Amino acid sequence: MEWLVSLVIGVMTASGVYLVLRARTFPLVLGLTLLSYAVNVFLFAMGRLQVGQAAIIRPEATAYTDPLPQALVLTAIVIAFGMTAFLIVLALKARSELGNDHVDGLIYVAEEQANNKNESKSGASS
Amino acid sequence: MTSQLAILPILLPLVAGFLLLFARRGGLGLQRVISLALTAALLLLTIFTLQSATEGDYHVYLLGNWSAPFGIVLVLDQLAALMLLLTSLLALFALVYAIGQRLDEKGQHFHVLYQLQLFGLNGAFLTGDLFNLFVFFEVLLLASYGLLLHGGGRFRTKGGLHYVVINLVGSALFLFAVGTLYGILGTLNIADLAHKMGSVSTDDQGIVSAAALLLLVVFGIKAAIFPLYLWLPGAYAHTSAAVAALFAIMTKVGIYAIIRVHGTLFNEQAGFLTDLHTDIVLVLGMITLLLAALGVTAARALKEQVAYLILASVATLLIGIGINTEQALSASLYYLIHSTLIGAALFLLADVIAEARGSYADRLRSAPAMPSAIVIGSLFLFAAVAIAGMPPLSGFFGKVLLLDAALAHEYVLWIYLAILIASLLLVIAMARSGSILFYQIDSEGDHDGQQVRKTGFSMMLLLLMLSPVLVVLAGPVTQLTESIASQLNNSGDYINAVLSQPASMGAQ
Repeated sequence: MEWLVSLVIGVMTASGVYLVLRARTFPLVLGLTLLSYAVNVFLFAMGRLQVGQAAIIRPEATAYTDPLPQALVLTAIVIAFGMTAFLIVLALKARSELGNDHVDGLIYVAEEQANNKNESKSGASS
Repeated sequence: MTSQLAILPILLPLVAGFLLLFARRGGLGLQRVISLALTAALLLLTIFTLQSATEGDYHVYLLGNWSAPFGIVLVLDQLAALMLLLTSLLALFALVYAIGQRLDEKGQHFHVLYQLQLFGLNGAFLTGDLFNLFVFFEVLLLASYGLLLHGGGRFRTKGGLHYVVINLVGSALFLFAVGTLYGILGTLNIADLAHKMGSVSTDDQGIVSAAALLLLVVFGIKAAIFPLYLWLPGAYAHTSAAVAALFAIMTKVGIYAIIRVHGTLFNEQAGFLTDLHTDIVLVLGMITLLLAALGVTAARALKEQVAYLILASVATLLIGIGINTEQALSASLYYLIHSTLIGAALFLLADVIAEARGSYADRLRSAPAMPSAIVIGSLFLFAAVAIAGMPPLSGFFGKVLLLDAALAHEYVLWIYLAILIASLLLVIAMARSGSILFYQIDSEGDHDGQQVRKTGFSMMLLLLMLSPVLVVLAGPVTQLTESIASQLNNSGDYINAVLSQPASMGAQ
């Protein structure tokens, strides 16, 4: 089971990093989501992999799994969820304000700067 | 010992945030009054906190009355108290400036976000638990996203997007590092981690140091260390001045986290792993300093220039941490107080200049003469002298203390070269922008600048005047920083204080 879990974490992290390095905001959001999934599974695995064991004290339990990583994962999931929602809204805002979904808003902003230069040049010469 | 003192600076802004949510129906006036009153109360509280922390005890607060390392602890020591005071001082000035500039009218929930920002900052300074530090980082980041974007504008959105994305990646890395440390050491309490660091088996040393250096990357993103600083100029230069001034403390959160986490974990009790991070921090600090100085010289607008100046001050602090002696740490803390206050004042000054120049804003090009140019120009000279580190102001004292501490280090030549070359570049760049802004008057252009707004101007002036105050009170202040540095050096005491705090037996 260990190699399966580590493979899953590795593949998700690699895909996440690849997508984060894309230049458009939508792949970026997906990449960050994948990264946070990978982190969650990783945190979970740090309590060591146990199948079908109790996390809280029970008289009939023979062995226990570590409950702390589960609490950490729960916190991390909630935070990542909120952050993703915020990022999606921000990406939409950037799309509407910058006129495209490039992370640098490159095309539009470069055009605007060129316009500004021309304006101030003509302003100085008049 | 009033251990409750460790939680009050966290509770106050949180309660203020909730109150402000309810006060929305009362209109902006009511929100302003509540926000100002509670920020002022926070300032008084943190003055009292610092006073009782300087008695030398650790105030340990056990959340839920679970003794460490089983529960989360809040630890108030002198360093935390100093950071709290610095934050609330800056927060009050920036808040009055924001209200004076009517920034809170440009969007909703400014005051709520502002108080939650303080909640996150204070929590990050007080917590003694690594995962709790992550949670407070997220709180302060989420509030900072809102504040950074407050008021809107294309460049602000673009800079904000970069800031949000890089910090989300940073959060993922933080969790990887925390998970690895927990997997090996089985604890997340900073004192307990430090306690167990000495007994890490040789097989695990590699993986523990990898996790610790991953944490350094995370804090490096927050503190804007080379090569992770590229988000800072874009984000800081395009946000509103009051928010940028408050954010002067945000990079210092990264510095604080390095001092607190790495300084405690890799002190002498760590055995083979002792001082794992110091050389890396020193070298990266020097590289960051030189690049920041080049950025200051190359900046095309004043706010961008100030953002690079903030970067230069962070880099100087990193060098101080990298030298890793008690004397250097004390010098860095003095420089930290100075650079935070003056950096914030410079953001406000840049905003005052931009308003006075009207449509020319803060671009470094000749423009028609601005109103009250003589007063503003003199203040610019004053601020430039302070931030570049020339006598007689506080920047000079900070740098002299630091250079003096560097004498004992084996890389002394390189440290001197980096700091002195960077300082020279800063002086040249500030002289250049000062002469462009105030001497190169374009007498033909139309003047459309506004008169200076008094509230904002006086806040900026008060912040700037703290620089000579820091020089006059250099004696007591260095005494304080020396006592903080010696307390930090004795991390054994910190570990004992946290781990031996008994759960109270209840007066139910």
